[in-house]
Amino acid sequence: MSDVVERTLSALPGLLGQHDPGAGPGGAGGPGRVSASSRLGSLIRSITALTSKHEEEKLIQQELTSLKATVSAPSTTLRLMKECMVRLIYCEMLGYESSFGYIHAIKLAQQGNLLEKRVGYLAVSLFLHENHELLLLLVNTVVKDLQSTNLVEVCMALTVVSQIFPREMIPAVLPLIEDKLQHSKEIIRRKAVQALYKFYLIAPNQVQHIHDKFRKALCDRDAGVMAASLHIYLQMIKENSSGYKDLTGSFVTILKQVVGGKLSADFNYHSVPAPWLQIQLLRILGLLGKDDPRTSELMYDVLDESLRRAEINHNITYAILFECVQTIYTIHPKSELLEKAAKCIGKFVLSPKINLKYLGLKALTYVIQQDPNLALQHQMTIIECLDHPDPIIKRETLELLYRITNGQNVIVIVQKMLDYLKEGQEEYAIISLVGKIAELWFIQTMNAVFSVGGDVVHSDIPNNFLRLLAEGFDDEKEDHQLRVYAVQSYLALLEEEDKLYPQKFLQVMSWVLGEYFSLVTDVDPEVILTKLHSLLKKTFVTSETKAWIMAAVTKIASHTSCSKTVDEIIQELSSSLDTCLRQYAFELKHLCEDKALMKSLLPFDASCSDLVVDASLSFLDGFVAEGLAHGAAPYKPHHQRQEEKLSQEKALNFEPYGLSFASSVSSSGVTGRQSPTGLSFGSDISGNSAETGHKETNTLKLEGVRKLWGKEGYLPKKENKTGKENEPQAVPCGSLLAGQVGEAPALRPEQGASLSEEDKEKQQLASTLFIGLGASAGVSLMGKADTATQKFKRKSKITETHAASNFDPLLDTVPDNVEDSEGSVHTGLRKGSPSSSDTVEDNLAFETPQSLRKSVLDDRISANRLSQSSLFADSNIEIFQPSSSAQCESASETPLVPSLPEELEELPHSEVVGLCQSDALALHLCKVWTDDSLLLIVFVSNKTTAALHAVNLVFEETEHFQILESATSHFPVIEAQSVEHCQKCVRMNKVCTQAILPASVSYQSEMETCLEFSVTLSLMDFIRPMEMTTEDFGKLWLSLSNDVKQNIKMSPCQDSLSAALDTLQQKLKLHRVDVIGNEGILACQLLPSVPCLLHCRTHSGMLALWFRSPCAALPDGLLYQCQKVMEES
Amino acid sequence: MHLQLSREINSVRSVKESEDTQQQIIRETFHLVSKRDENVCNFLEGGLLIGGSDNKLIYRHYATLYFVFCVDSSESELGILDLIQVFVETLDKCFENVCELDLIFHVDKVHNILAEMVMGGMVLETNMNEIVTQIDAQNKLEKSEAGLAGAPARAVSAVKNMNLPEIPRNINIGDISIKVPNLPTFK
Repeated sequence: MSDVVERTLSALPGLLGQHDPGAGPGGAGGPGRVSASSRLGSLIRSITALTSKHEEEKLIQQELTSLKATVSAPSTTLRLMKECMVRLIYCEMLGYESSFGYIHAIKLAQQGNLLEKRVGYLAVSLFLHENHELLLLLVNTVVKDLQSTNLVEVCMALTVVSQIFPREMIPAVLPLIEDKLQHSKEIIRRKAVQALYKFYLIAPNQVQHIHDKFRKALCDRDAGVMAASLHIYLQMIKENSSGYKDLTGSFVTILKQVVGGKLSADFNYHSVPAPWLQIQLLRILGLLGKDDPRTSELMYDVLDESLRRAEINHNITYAILFECVQTIYTIHPKSELLEKAAKCIGKFVLSPKINLKYLGLKALTYVIQQDPNLALQHQMTIIECLDHPDPIIKRETLELLYRITNGQNVIVIVQKMLDYLKEGQEEYAIISLVGKIAELWFIQTMNAVFSVGGDVVHSDIPNNFLRLLAEGFDDEKEDHQLRVYAVQSYLALLEEEDKLYPQKFLQVMSWVLGEYFSLVTDVDPEVILTKLHSLLKKTFVTSETKAWIMAAVTKIASHTSCSKTVDEIIQELSSSLDTCLRQYAFELKHLCEDKALMKSLLPFDASCSDLVVDASLSFLDGFVAEGLAHGAAPYKPHHQRQEEKLSQEKALNFEPYGLSFASSVSSSGVTGRQSPTGLSFGSDISGNSAETGHKETNTLKLEGVRKLWGKEGYLPKKENKTGKENEPQAVPCGSLLAGQVGEAPALRPEQGASLSEEDKEKQQLASTLFIGLGASAGVSLMGKADTATQKFKRKSKITETHAASNFDPLLDTVPDNVEDSEGSVHTGLRKGSPSSSDTVEDNLAFETPQSLRKSVLDDRISANRLSQSSLFADSNIEIFQPSSSAQCESASETPLVPSLPEELEELPHSEVVGLCQSDALALHLCKVWTDDSLLLIVFVSNKTTAALHAVNLVFEETEHFQILESATSHFPVIEAQSVEHCQKCVRMNKVCTQAILPASVSYQSEMETCLEFSVTLSLMDFIRPMEMTTEDFGKLWLSLSNDVKQNIKMSPCQDSLSAALDTLQQKLKLHRVDVIGNEGILACQLLPSVPCLLHCRTHSGMLALWFRSPCAALPDGLLYQCQKVMEES
Repeated sequence: MHLQLSREINSVRSVKESEDTQQQIIRETFHLVSKRDENVCNFLEGGLLIGGSDNKLIYRHYATLYFVFCVDSSESELGILDLIQVFVETLDKCFENVCELDLIFHVDKVHNILAEMVMGGMVLETNMNEIVTQIDAQNKLEKSEAGLAGAPARAVSAVKNMNLPEIPRNINIGDISIKVPNLPTFK
C-alpha cells in the first residue's frame, strides 16, 4: 500500500513540473492567480520537490510544529489564522494528524469576517466527524449565523448544518431552520430543506412534527426547493411507501409538467428539462408503485411519455431511460410498457458505449427473473461481454449468469467465474464471487475456491461443503466415487510438501481424509498418517486446524492396528503446550488401548446418521477421570472445558445433522402458521425466490440446480460438452429435459452453418449457458414440467369419476393456480369416511397409477391392516401409572368402554386407549385426525356407583404444543357408571418428532384426588397430505430453502419406487403428486399450513429422499419418520 | 451518505471515523481508479472499505485529473457522470479555464463550489449558471469586505448588509409554475 502513496506523491511533482513552465506564457490562469508566493504555495512546492515518503513526513511534521506555534500564539490575526487553516486542511488531506488546530477552526468560524468564517466552517466540516465532542462548540456560532441578516452567513450556517451537526443539539437550531422555510430567497429555502433532510437522516423523531412543512416545500413555487424536498420524500418513501400513496398523483403531475417542458429553460441540461429531477421522481414512483396495481395505474401514462420524450442521443437521456425502465419493471407490470422497456434494455445492451452496456447488463440482471426470454434475445452480446477487457463488465455479466444458473449450465458458468477469480486480485471481488461459486459448487471447484479464496472464505462454506459430501447425493456409487475422488485429490495436494494452504482448506482436507480414507484401498493408512503427522509439525498450522487433523488421526487410528506414527503423534502431543491438543492425544492414547470401544465410538461413515448426542459428553468422563488419575490433565476451569468440548464436537463431528430439529426453533414454521399468506404459493415466485436467495447466502443454495450436476460435479472434463442440446439423450436425465431443450431453437448451431468458426463457438457457449432458460424455466428444477403436467392430467381423468364426488374442504386455502381441482386427488384423511381403513383404501385406489392399481387392489386388505396398525403404532399412549396398566386392560373390556360420538366416528381416528385410572375413574383417549387439526377426545368414565363431582381436566401447554381454545375441561358431575368426554384441539408449535403433553385430572369423591397422566403426540399426528399439481410443486420447490437430503436403504421386499411411495403414502399420510420413471414427488403439510415437499428417487436398492420446507426443522422430522417406516416395512 | 466521497482523487472525504480509514479509502480508490484503462466503463463496484456492494465509485478522467464520486444505490450512475461534468464545467467557469494547479492551490474554493452543488451528500443544484452566480456573488462580497478591512466600521457593516443579488428564477411566470394539485392539506 505504501508504494501507492509513494506513487501518488511522485505523480505530483510531474504534474506541477509539467504546468509550471507553461503557466507563464500560456497564461490561461497566469502565475499570479496561483498564489505561488503564499505559504501554502511554498509548502506544496517543497513537498513536490521531495523524493521519498520519509522526507515528506519530516517536512510535514516541521510544518505542523510551526503551525501549532502560530495558531496558539495570541498575537495571531484572524487573517493569518485563515492561512494556517488552509495549510492544515492540506496536511490533513495528506493524512497527517493536526488535531491541535480543530479548536481554532471553530474559533475562526465564530469570530472571523465572511471570508475567514467560510474557511473556518470548511475546516470544521473537513476535520471533525459527526460525533466529535468539539462540535458542540460550534452550535452557538451556527445559531448566531442563522439569525444573521447577512444572507451569506445564513447560507454558510445552513451548509455546515447539512454537512455535520451533533444530533443532540438539533432542538437548538430546529425552530430557526423551520423559519427559514418561509424565507423570501429561494436559495435559503432550498438549503433549509436540505438541512431538514439531514436532520431526518440522523434523528427522524426530531422532525416528525414538521411533516406538513415538507409537504409545503413540495408545493413551493420554486422548482429548486421542490427538488430538494424530493430527497426527503425519497428517503421517507423508501422506509414506508404505504404512508405516502396519496402523494402519487402529485408526483405524477410534477413529472408530467417537467417532461412536458413546463419548466423554464434554466433547468435544461443539454436541452433535457431538469434531468436529475426526473430521475428522482422516477425513483419515487417506482417505490410507490411496487406491488400496488392501483397506484401503478396512475403512472403508466407519464412513464410512457418519459420513454417517448427521452430520445435525444445524450448521456443524460439514457440516464432517464434507465430509470424509466427500472421503474417500469418495479411497479405493477403493464405489458405495453414492458415491451417498450425491453426494447430500451436492448438499446443499452447493444450500445457500443461501454457505460451503457454496463447499465444494460445491470438492467438485464434486474429483470431476468421476470423475463428470462430477454436474456435469450441478448445472449450473443452477453457472451461477448464475458470476454470483455473490462473486469467490471465481466463481473456484471457473471452476476447476470449467476441469476440464470440452473442444472444444465452450472458447470460452464462456474468455470467462467473461476476464470475470473484467477484473474482478479481485488479482495472484495473474490469474497463476493467465492460466495456465489460455493453455491454452485463441485469438488474441483471447491478445491480451487479454497486455495484461491483462502481464509477469507466464510466458515459456513466449508461446513456446508462437508455436509453435502457426507450426506451424499442420490446414488451410493456416485457418492463413493465422489469421496474417493476427494480423498485422492487431497492426498495429491498434500504430496507437495512445502505448499502453504489456507487453514480452512486444511481443515476440509483432514476431515475428508479421516472420514473416507478407507475408501481408497490402494493407499496405506500409514502414508496418510505420516502426511497428517508432518502437517501437525508445521508451524503455520493453527491450533484449530490441528484439532481437525487430530480428529482425522483418531478416526484413521481406529481402523488400523497399532501404528508407529500414531504412537509417535501421541508421544509428541502429550507434552504439547496446547491443552486442547494434549487432551486429544490422551483420548487417542486411551482409545488405542481399547480398540473395541474405539470402533463403536468412531463408526465408519456415520457422520450423518442420527446419533443421540450426549450434550454433556459424559461418555468422555471416564477418560477424563482416567487421565486425571494419571496426573495428566490438571484441573481446568469450567469455561475452558466448555470451550474444549465445543471444539471437540466440531472436529469429531459428533453433532449429527439430522437431530437439529429437536432443538432449533422453527421460526419460519411459526410465522407460516400465523400468516399462511406468507407462504409463497403464488405465481410471482420469481420475485420471492430471488429474495430468499439473497437472504440465504450463507447456506448452499441448491434451488434451480438439478442433481445431474452431482454426476458431473467431480468430472470437470465433461463440462464443455457443448453438444448437449443436440443430443439430449447423452445428457444424464436427458429424457426429462427434452421438453425444454426444444424451447431454444434459436440456439441450434445448424442455424449458424454459415457463421464463422468463432461465432459458432460463441453460439455453442451461448447454448450451454442459456440452456433451460425458456418460458418454463421457472419450474426447471424438476426438469419436466410439461410432460409431467400432461401425465398428471391424463391420470386425473381416470380418477375423475371417483374423485368428482369428493369435495375438497381445503381447496379454498390453496391459491387458484390449482387448476384441475376436479381432478385433484384426495387422500382419505380429508374426507369423512366410516373408518380409517376404508379411507386408505379409497386413497390407494385413487392415487395409484393405472398399471399398479390392480395389484394394489388385490393387496388392499393386507395393506389396510398394515396401515391401520401403523397409524396406531405411533400413537404411543403412555401409561404413567404402571401398576394400573393391567387394570386398564380389563377396564377397557368392561361395559364402560367409551365410544366416539357419531359425528367424530366419521373421521379418521385412532383406537380408544386407556390413559390412566384410579379406583373411581378411568381415562381413555382417542385421537381424531381432522383436516385442520388434531382432536384429542378424552373420555372420563366414572367406575364407582356414586356420582363424581367437580371433575377437572387440565392440559398443560408445552413449548411444542398449543391447545386451541381452553386447556381445561370441567365436568360438574359425572353420574355413576357413566362416561363423559371432552375434546381438545391441539396444534404443534415447534416441530419435534415426538413429545409429551402432560395433563392432570382432579375430582372429588370422598376427598380431592388428582391424577396425573400424559399423552404422547408424534409429529405424524400433525402431518396431513397436501394436494397440488406437479407444476405447483415445482414452483413451490424452488421457493423453499431449507432442504435435507438422505439416502436410505430399502428392504428387498419393497425395492420398487412405487412400493416405497405406497409405504410413505399410507403410513405418513403424504400426498403423492406425481411419479416419473424412478422419481416420485410427494407433498404434505404440517398443520395448519406449513408445506413440506419430498422428492424421492430410487437406485440400486437405495431410496434418495430430498425434503424441502419453509420450516427448518420439519424436513429433519419427516426424514426421521420416513426412515422409521422404511425400516419397519 | 450519498455523495459522501467526492472531490479529486487525493482529497476523497469520508465518514471521518478515523484518519486511518479515510487515508485507506483514498489509497484504495486511487489504486482502483488509476489502473483502469481508457476504454472501460466509468463505474467501479465498491471495495469493502467504501461499504460493500451497495456503494460504487463513479469517476471521470480529465487529462491528469480524476474526479471520483462515491455514491450509494439511490443515485443514478449516468446522472452522477453528468454531475461530474457539471462540476468540472463550473470549476472551469469560476477559475476561468481551470487547471490542476488551481485546484491544488485553492482547495478551499473548490470545496465551496462543490458545497453549492452537493450539500450534505445530496445534489442541491445542477444549474451551472445558478452556481456560478452564487459563487461570484459571494466572492464579490468577500473581496469587498477584505478590501474594507481597514475601513471604518460603519462602512463595513453597510457592505455586510448588502443583499445577495436576486437571481431571476423562472418558475414565477404565471401559469408556467409547477403546481401540485392533489395536496389535501394545502389546496
